[in-house]
Amino acid sequence: MTATIADAPAKVGAVPTFTVTLRVARHLPGDDGTAVTRWDDFQLQVHGTDRVLDALHKIKWEQDGSLTFRRSCAHGICGSDAMRINGRNRLACKTLLKDLDPSKPITVEPIKGLPVIKDLVVDMEPFFASYREIMPFLITTGNEPTKERLQSAEQRARFDDTTKCILCASCTSSCPVFWTDGQYFGPAAIVNAHRFIFDSRDEGAAQRLEILNDKEGVWRCRTTFNCTEACPRGIEVTKAIQEVKRAMITRAF
Amino acid sequence: MQTHQYDVVIVGAGGAGMRAALESSTRVRTAVISKLYPTRSHTGAAQGGMCAALANVEEDNWEWHTFDTVKGGDYLVDQDAAEIMAKEAIDAVLDLEKMGLPFNRTPEGRIDQRRFGGHTRNHGEAAVRRACYAADRTGHMILQTLYQQCVKNDVEFFNEFYVLDLLVDHDLAAGHVPEGEEVNVSGVVAYELATGEIHVFQAKAVVFATGGAGKIFKTTSNAHTLTGDGMALAYRRGIPLEDMEFFQFHPTGLAGLGILLSEAARGEGGILRNGEGERFMERYAPTIKDLAPRDIVARSMANEVREGRGAGPNKDYVLLDLTHLEPAHIDAKLPDITEFARTYLGIEPYTEPVPVYPTAHYAMGGIPTNVAGEVLRNETDVIKGLYAAGEVACVSVHGSNRLGTNSLLDINVFGKRAGRSAAAYAAEAAFVEIPANPAATVEAELETIRTRPDGERVADIRKALQETMDANAQVFRTEESLTQALADVKALQKRFQAVSVQDKSRTFNTDLLEAVELGFLLDIAETVVVGALNRKESRGGHFREDYPKRDDEGYMRHTMAYRRPVPSEGRQWSAGGDGDAEGSFHRVETFDDYQLVLGSKSVAMTRYQPMERKY
Repeated sequence: MTATIADAPAKVGAVPTFTVTLRVARHLPGDDGTAVTRWDDFQLQVHGTDRVLDALHKIKWEQDGSLTFRRSCAHGICGSDAMRINGRNRLACKTLLKDLDPSKPITVEPIKGLPVIKDLVVDMEPFFASYREIMPFLITTGNEPTKERLQSAEQRARFDDTTKCILCASCTSSCPVFWTDGQYFGPAAIVNAHRFIFDSRDEGAAQRLEILNDKEGVWRCRTTFNCTEACPRGIEVTKAIQEVKRAMITRAF
Repeated sequence: MQTHQYDVVIVGAGGAGMRAALESSTRVRTAVISKLYPTRSHTGAAQGGMCAALANVEEDNWEWHTFDTVKGGDYLVDQDAAEIMAKEAIDAVLDLEKMGLPFNRTPEGRIDQRRFGGHTRNHGEAAVRRACYAADRTGHMILQTLYQQCVKNDVEFFNEFYVLDLLVDHDLAAGHVPEGEEVNVSGVVAYELATGEIHVFQAKAVVFATGGAGKIFKTTSNAHTLTGDGMALAYRRGIPLEDMEFFQFHPTGLAGLGILLSEAARGEGGILRNGEGERFMERYAPTIKDLAPRDIVARSMANEVREGRGAGPNKDYVLLDLTHLEPAHIDAKLPDITEFARTYLGIEPYTEPVPVYPTAHYAMGGIPTNVAGEVLRNETDVIKGLYAAGEVACVSVHGSNRLGTNSLLDINVFGKRAGRSAAAYAAEAAFVEIPANPAATVEAELETIRTRPDGERVADIRKALQETMDANAQVFRTEESLTQALADVKALQKRFQAVSVQDKSRTFNTDLLEAVELGFLLDIAETVVVGALNRKESRGGHFREDYPKRDDEGYMRHTMAYRRPVPSEGRQWSAGGDGDAEGSFHRVETFDDYQLVLGSKSVAMTRYQPMERKY
């Protein structure tokens, strides 16, 4: 179980190799509707540049083909592989094994607050349903311009941070309020509302604020900052939520 | 098994698929089937920009853009299509802005534009600022914006459904269709990942927008899910694949990992240096240097390494130098890619150059279409009701080498066109009857793999495939290397017959789907390799060391690869059918139970006659 940096002196330029144990939360549904849940330990040899996703692939491809997780782009852009790694939400493809403590087993679990389908795969539908509810699209009135709408660099910068969202659910599924209250919109939906509320071209802010003024809206946020810490895109999620709250009171956006 | 009926079924929910859906869903009943949640699609990984001659920051026009596209593609571009793309680019960008896409802005508040490889002013005089962008996450913004519009328009999605068969009334892979007879689409068969259930979608029109096939290579910027599904499904039904030998290797992949670092890094002033610190592109492309088209830069880099001027302990990469740029400028224009360097290589781009090496990036070839997005089944005839757009298609605006930013443009222009064409067709057409057991073949294949107790591992075959493709069919190719690749692919096709999976369940069985995807990869690889073997010239992304010159006399034609049955004793594929009877495109490769028959298609030339390609 202990990690050992390979004893032999590494060749110049060679990437160091070490052993890690991945402790993975399994959830294996049978075809009869029942499911087996357990922890599985996998030992494997990895390289210094390997990410948790590489380790999961190594397990799936060499040890246990039934280990199930989502992934696609493998470099932090598509948002498929959010999971709980050593108790924190991260993208498996952006988490280098060498940055975790390899002397202890690395625990990997599905993100919390959404129903588990199999192993690390959760049902994303409730998450996307909240997203859709905040009207995540540009709302304008009047005739369409023939050329582009003008927007100053400052106006564009106002909502830049929240345009980075990849809908991975790391933030929402790290939120203690969301864990206990599945009705709460959650940070990701609010981030995407923020993206339009503060876009100078948009005219739907009042409608969105009305939706988020709901008892399951922004006021459920307890500013624990879990979401900000969890965001793999570095979005200041809690700050965005605070800005939406402030806009609700001041009606300034 | 469930059955559904829609006027239009769109397969794939990346940029092209969703752009098509926005057109189609407002006109006729439309479903989008995607093996991923739409926002996971690889359009989101595109970084640098989308070109359009808006002339917001300097003089520009669509004719220059057309010329650059044609020259960039080494004249194998269909010029009518390129002209349409360059003209409609302007509206495509404005459409996106009106949908809410947050472009970077000029001081006047207009859409900002920057330089990009191969895009020039006045037919090659100097680099021009043509790429509209949103930092280095333009693709992300396009994908998000299109998805937002789909939410707004209530587009109906079937997420995590894998399309595994295309239903047509004549299976061309089974033999010839009688002269004058139509071939019609009737729908698709899909597999629902969550439950393992089979769904049959009857449709008047089907649009393929399934993206690329980069996973045939080991070093690639492509997602794990880019396995050439749409191309392989078409090919298996005897629909030709066009120009598959042309694969783009993007110059700046993170060394050893293949993760893309946008050409925008060079557009913003980044410089490539070899191990000796030399700006080597000055030798290969004296006029536009580091902003030469990707095929030229990738080859130059590989050549530096090959001749011993690489950087690093093993001298196996070159360096992308951004250290002379202001950190604030890097943060504003290139935030994501500099973070990739930090995260994955522990390199600080403010102060250290970033190790880079070419990475398999984009399939120029694909399912042949005309400019309306209709799929061709030979040089002239279309398959009624079948459309394709984006990387899965070959229209052909990229010829033998795509210019940077033209893929984001392609998906918007031809996604829109395919969506409109499909909807217009479906509004008039009737449903074509589907066969009695439409899913029988797919179900049998899946069950065989799923229940086979022991056999070849998916990962082993896939690794062997990717390794031979990287070693033998990459930036530099020869008769010998390609012959080796073909022998390997044939052997792997045989091994694939015995593939088995460990996961035997029906719920979310990704093990099984990886096996299916491997089958697609093998089919795509054979078309790439056979096309490359046959093309005894060097053009764009296809470089033959044994034939280093472009040969317009022999090869100024598109390759068409057809899957056909092995003919009975003493007979062979002949003229008039599919495939050329003689000449440089006459080639038949026999596999276990089918043949790959090569043919060709003429290149549409309008304004520009082929010239030597210099930068």
